[in-house]
Amino acid sequence: MRELSGIYIIWLRDVKKFLRDRPRIIGSVAQPALFLFVLGTGLASSFQVFGSNGGKDFLYFMYPGIIAMTVLFTSFFSAMSIIWDREFGFLKEVLISPISRVSIVLGKNFGGSTIAIVQGSIILLFAPVLKVPITFLSVIKLLPVMFITAMAISSLGIALASRLKTMQGFQALTNFFLMPMFFLSGALFPLNNAPQWMIFMARINPLSFGVDAMRYVLTGDRTLQLFPFYVDIIVIVGIIIAMTLTGIFLFRKQE
Amino acid sequence: MESREKTNNNILEVKSLTRKFNGLTAVDGVSFNIREGEVFGFLGPNGAGKTTTINMICTLIKPTSGNAKLYGFDIVKERRRVRNCIGLVFQDPSLDDKLTAMENLYFHSRLYNVPRETINKRCGEVLKMVDLYDRRNDLVRNYSGGMKRRLEIARGLIHYPKLLFLDEPTIGLDPQTRNKIWDYIVQLKSKQKITIFLTTHYLEESEICDRIAIIDRGKIIALDTPSNLKKMAGSDSITVSSDNNRALIDFLKDNFNINIEYDEGNEIKFEVKDSSSFIPGFIKNCPVRILSISARHSTLNDVFLNLTGKDLRDSDASKRDRLRSGMRMRGRLRG
Repeated sequence: MRELSGIYIIWLRDVKKFLRDRPRIIGSVAQPALFLFVLGTGLASSFQVFGSNGGKDFLYFMYPGIIAMTVLFTSFFSAMSIIWDREFGFLKEVLISPISRVSIVLGKNFGGSTIAIVQGSIILLFAPVLKVPITFLSVIKLLPVMFITAMAISSLGIALASRLKTMQGFQALTNFFLMPMFFLSGALFPLNNAPQWMIFMARINPLSFGVDAMRYVLTGDRTLQLFPFYVDIIVIVGIIIAMTLTGIFLFRKQE
Repeated sequence: MESREKTNNNILEVKSLTRKFNGLTAVDGVSFNIREGEVFGFLGPNGAGKTTTINMICTLIKPTSGNAKLYGFDIVKERRRVRNCIGLVFQDPSLDDKLTAMENLYFHSRLYNVPRETINKRCGEVLKMVDLYDRRNDLVRNYSGGMKRRLEIARGLIHYPKLLFLDEPTIGLDPQTRNKIWDYIVQLKSKQKITIFLTTHYLEESEICDRIAIIDRGKIIALDTPSNLKKMAGSDSITVSSDNNRALIDFLKDNFNINIEYDEGNEIKFEVKDSSSFIPGFIKNCPVRILSISARHSTLNDVFLNLTGKDLRDSDASKRDRLRSGMRMRGRLRG
């Protein structure tokens, strides 16, 4: 009961602060909008110039990738708020309390994931404007996939944040970890014809499985899949379990 | 709240607690007890090991060796139970300034499993105690440094802790605010039956403690009531000037057996055991006209000086420490 209360309050704090932070909400919608409307539309029309008739399909391909990107950035940055809390002293208030490290990690994870699916869902509103065909049923299927992807990224971020002491470390992580993870996930371009090393990187990239699964539930198109759907789900759940345990272990170990 | 059988009224028993950081001994075999209901103080320069000791007792870091029992609970083996019965006000700010005061308190209450139906009442109580009730729905980022500190003290009290830790509760605050904070602490001491463990490097502030441990380089070098400690420093010093200093010196020598070498200055300085009982008799019998007289009681700084051969104020002025406390102050102002 006490632990549930702890998980709940840590979750509530993150959600409350998110809802209060208007600039953050607007900012996090602006970025995917830019990707979809400018980069996506631009690239799609350039494909027509080069003679292929895949232009229209490209937006359709990219759309789930941008949802995945939103989920990735939101849940990763949420996890990184632990570094802020450490820097501003609030983390100590949590660490000194009688609730367990397990609850702290889970509360933080649920908080980040909740925010991520809210953000991801906002991108769904762009679909009619972009004339990307999505059905109500596919959206229903997308939500749980979005949630577990967010959980996987969050738990990874929390495990990393437990070792990071400063915001400088966070900058480095963004450049050397987050961006490559995004580019090599198949979110922006299909990896089926990519060089071997790229496909290899995609296979060890946690986000690839989320992108793959989201694309499948939204489009139902198997030809663009890197992995079978069930493999995606198993790997994502596996990452959640492994990274959550790692995070708990690291939080217990630190003083 | 649950507790173990206790053989005496010690709420905290610390036995040769030691902590090393990469070969550097921050706390070196510290032992002391805190009795239920008292205000116990740690006085020492920055870097003396005060916060490290508190962090060990609060289960934030593990001791290298030694142990402590809080309310009968082992600080290493029963961390959760220990955490349950302490309240802690950190040296550095630890509020979420994007939440309101009430939200910060609510968050804390839920972490400590305060019964849901009593949370609002208790938050109201503690906020009134520190005069922040009217601003309970303001974001903490709009609070001043002193208000933040008061809110932290209030937060530390919500779950009715057995022992409240105040780690340098007035650091980085202006003198006026500092006095106000101490008023709250004195009030707390008299109104609530609470045991307080505080650290400070301000001498004046340690006077409100029932007992003080003076700590330097990780070791407790003296532990007693403030008045007993001051007796240790020995004498009070008296400064007199008169219209005939040479006669005055002879008078002091004949009547009080005080030997002073004459110098050209127009003031005479000497030391006596207890200035308050000395002065009346001295003035009554003095053969010369006294132009001015002043007495200075021995302070805890004299005690510190006596024990370590250095001044409490000077000894904390190492460059790194100053930098640290400067950053701390910025932390408090940041908003």
